[in-house]
Amino acid sequence: MALPTGKALRTVFGETVAELANDDPRILVLDGDVGSSTGAEIFEAAHPQRFLQMGIAEQNMLGVAAGLATVGFVPIVSSFACFVVARALDSVRVLIAQPALNVKIMGGYTGLLTGMTGKTHQIFNDIAIMRTLANMTVLAPADEVEARQAIAAMISLDGPVYIQMTREPSPVLFDAGYRFEVGASVRVREGADVTLVSTGVQTARVYEAAEILGGRGIEATVLHVPTIKPIDEEGIVQAARASGFVVVVEDQTILGGLGGAVSEVLSEHYPVFVKRLGVRDVYGESGPNDLLLDKYRLSAATVAQDVESLLALRA
Amino acid sequence: MAQAGPALAELQQTAQQLRREIVKTVAHARGGHLGGPLSAADILTALYFRVLNIRPEEPGWPDRDRFILSKGHSSIALYGVLALRGYFPVEELLSFDSMGSRLQGHPDMHALPGLDMSSGSLGLGFSAGVGIALGAKLAQKAFTTFVMVGDGECNEGIVWEGAHVAQRYGLDNLVVIVDKNDLQQFGWRAGPPGQRRPPYSGDELRLRWEAFGWAVSEVDGHDIAAVIPALEAARTLEGRPAVVIAHTVKGKGVSFMEGDYRWHTRAPTSQELGAALAELSGPAGQNGAGQNGAS
Repeated sequence: MALPTGKALRTVFGETVAELANDDPRILVLDGDVGSSTGAEIFEAAHPQRFLQMGIAEQNMLGVAAGLATVGFVPIVSSFACFVVARALDSVRVLIAQPALNVKIMGGYTGLLTGMTGKTHQIFNDIAIMRTLANMTVLAPADEVEARQAIAAMISLDGPVYIQMTREPSPVLFDAGYRFEVGASVRVREGADVTLVSTGVQTARVYEAAEILGGRGIEATVLHVPTIKPIDEEGIVQAARASGFVVVVEDQTILGGLGGAVSEVLSEHYPVFVKRLGVRDVYGESGPNDLLLDKYRLSAATVAQDVESLLALRA
Repeated sequence: MAQAGPALAELQQTAQQLRREIVKTVAHARGGHLGGPLSAADILTALYFRVLNIRPEEPGWPDRDRFILSKGHSSIALYGVLALRGYFPVEELLSFDSMGSRLQGHPDMHALPGLDMSSGSLGLGFSAGVGIALGAKLAQKAFTTFVMVGDGECNEGIVWEGAHVAQRYGLDNLVVIVDKNDLQQFGWRAGPPGQRRPPYSGDELRLRWEAFGWAVSEVDGHDIAAVIPALEAARTLEGRPAVVIAHTVKGKGVSFMEGDYRWHTRAPTSQELGAALAELSGPAGQNGAGQNGAS
């Protein structure tokens, strides 16, 4: 039941921003010397005058973006998530989030699959950090179809946005008729036995896990949450009602990310059992993608296995 | 260009009035910074009353020169000069630091008209200034972006990240002023109480900026007649960004505050306020306020 493989979100990023910039002269892309990795090189080729190399200096890059926003540009800062979130956090907090400036932050190479780079470049708490910044919108699209629309929506929105982009080619979850909306979650599968909630490219693996479970007679609702902030409280509560048993699965730490956000919503509005699956309280490591996903229990097979075990324990 | 006698005397009086407002406001708020605001007062007066192309009645005028106080903890000096220049009533200064005030401890660009950037975490305002200057180039706007940093602030790595980028893009529409008052909050250990080693001694700071490809000039930051032409020269220079290192005295104008790092942040008692206002009642350079020897 594997989904067809589509483009890597980083490629979609470069293509989409380059295309949108044809009709939007406000768009600029700032690169922290990783444009050949993040897809920003696609933009540079199309709009060389609007591609701004900022060098290996991320704190300043975010500050420059804030300044550019005050004179009417829509600067899109593009680098690895570990650098734009962790290294440059003070610039993001004080110059972008607090004054709610119109800066778009593209965090590339999020999660486990960072091309063998290991723990320094793997960041599992970019969602946890960014969603605690007031004024910040946080997006994590699932596939190329949704990413194109999310990037366009991000640019239309007036205010700071953080968007996750990933390195590896991603399974295609949505068909051409899909419509992304900021703040809306979407059910990609219906089932009464368990509600699986996920975000970003992990949703495709969770969908495949649900299909595996279906083959074993376990029917799962799968809720995809592409906007972590503002979060779709109503959509999460409704999805929780579908089964009364919620499992959040994310390519992030289980501390404070989507699992945290979902737990906050449900504990206040629809108290129900919630289990969080994801990277535990540890740092990552180098390794091939399939082995990493298996070890950290994020592959479709391991997610299916863990959900099945949880249901058995509950029964 | 440097102003003729009467105009200069008027500017000096304005700077003294600004110092009085700074001291009164911090005393009233029972907290805030004094040393840095007082060292910056003459430069801010020169900027807002001579150098900057601004419209106080239209703070958001798109073609205005920009000014960012990157050493945001000296906010009361900026608020003071904005009030004296007519951006808001001088009486509002007394709301400084109080709940609901537009005059936040560190500048909030959305709270008060006339602030071109929020600042306070050191080095960040400068970085944003690089972005504004770069944006002006891209948008083919003629305005100049001025940024004031402290010499202690130059400890921050982001200052040198920004200095590198500004040079790479040839941002000759960017002028940085270093308020080099030779002290920072707590500072590098040396000497008796009240004394600390300066953030940068001798030529250290000049050499750093020169090494980053900037055009460097130096001026006595309390000599308004010299500050104005120094800033005008820096803004008209072509091809690269300019930095004006302004030699200043921390706590300038109040003898018992001058050169003492402990007045970085401290509210004066009522007795100290009276003594300070007495010293600040005349024109600058009198009443024992020492002239700065650097040039």
